[in-house]
Amino acid sequence: MEQNTQFAEVTHHHEPSEGTGRIWKTFWILLVITIIELALGFSMYLIPGMPGWLHLFIKGVICILSLAKAFYIVSIFMHLGDEIRNMIMTIVVPLMLFVWFIGAFLWDGNSYRTMRNRYDKYKEETTLPRHEQAGDTTRHGFGG
Amino acid sequence: MMMWYFLMSDTFTFGAFLISYGTIRFSSNYWPNPNEVFNAFPGMGHANLPLAFVSLMTFILIMSSVTMVLAVHAGHHGDKKGVVKWLAWTIVGGFAFLGCQAWEWTHLITGEHAVLVGNQLDVIGQTTHVNPWGQHVNVGAATEALKYTPHDVLVKLVGMHNHEMPHEHLAKMTDDQLRGMINVAEMHVKETGPVAFGGFFYGITGFHGFHVFSGVVINIVMLIMAQQNVFERRGHYLMVEKAGLYWHFVDLVWVFVFLCFYLI
Repeated sequence: MEQNTQFAEVTHHHEPSEGTGRIWKTFWILLVITIIELALGFSMYLIPGMPGWLHLFIKGVICILSLAKAFYIVSIFMHLGDEIRNMIMTIVVPLMLFVWFIGAFLWDGNSYRTMRNRYDKYKEETTLPRHEQAGDTTRHGFGG
Repeated sequence: MMMWYFLMSDTFTFGAFLISYGTIRFSSNYWPNPNEVFNAFPGMGHANLPLAFVSLMTFILIMSSVTMVLAVHAGHHGDKKGVVKWLAWTIVGGFAFLGCQAWEWTHLITGEHAVLVGNQLDVIGQTTHVNPWGQHVNVGAATEALKYTPHDVLVKLVGMHNHEMPHEHLAKMTDDQLRGMINVAEMHVKETGPVAFGGFFYGITGFHGFHVFSGVVINIVMLIMAQQNVFERRGHYLMVEKAGLYWHFVDLVWVFVFLCFYLI
């Protein structure tokens, strides 16, 4: 038995037993997606003066790529894809709550910001990203 | 089976944390650019290397997820040697990740950044109540603030760029001498950043780090049990599979922590 397992381990590297091919394929997919994400992240940093909508679009693409990564990890690494359909549904259906959760709360945060900017002009003035204004020392209120 | 439901509840915990972070971020006019916050790499000094270190951490975690899945795979085939080998590598990956995180936190907390606080300059790192990631201060304002900056901060400011002179020597100099040695334009003075940033960062990455740590502990237990032939006698490696589920979940959470804090 001992001999046998040792032998199996040695051959392991030469001819992967059934199934490991799929694992490594998933690994490469994850790695490539991560590299694409990083490249997009860098592009936002390295290209100055990018229009706002493009910025948002790239962030959206990165989010979708992350979801793709999550799908691969859950379905291949965690083998959820191989479970019976009803089992998958008991996990996935409750997660649908996140659609509302994320949407509602980000909406809420955004509405809070717009309302505060509308009614608290001092806050807006001191926290809005601004271009450098030489010699202007009146804008130090942020961070308190 | 129950592992799945535990992980689902954990998903909601992490989800709620990340969503509250998103809500605060959406409610702010200004938020720090991650490329400016996370730009250091061990042994590279002050070189500007945005995202490099966190990419390494991500790679370590993906890699350890692969070794874990290989351990589970070996378990399916009743291959004890394989289980032990791949579990050991997974544990190594877990410790490597934790080590990276420890370095990153230390670097952020002890980092020295010139920051405008009130009407004077200060030297601070990132903590849960203050952080140096605000907007850039123009040179005029920074020069004005330099006038009100106390002695000990001046010593730190000079010491940040001038490593030849010993601290005691700088401490003995007068304030005006010290001010003369400071090049305000070179310091890239910033305002303090959003207060919530540090708390969310340490809270969420800390909670994730805690999961990594418990995952490592679970994996060590699995390794010992496999070594002691517990699974062999039992006839199956289902427990390793469950530990694997937990470990992949940790990787899965990192995908989103990475997304929310470092990428966008």
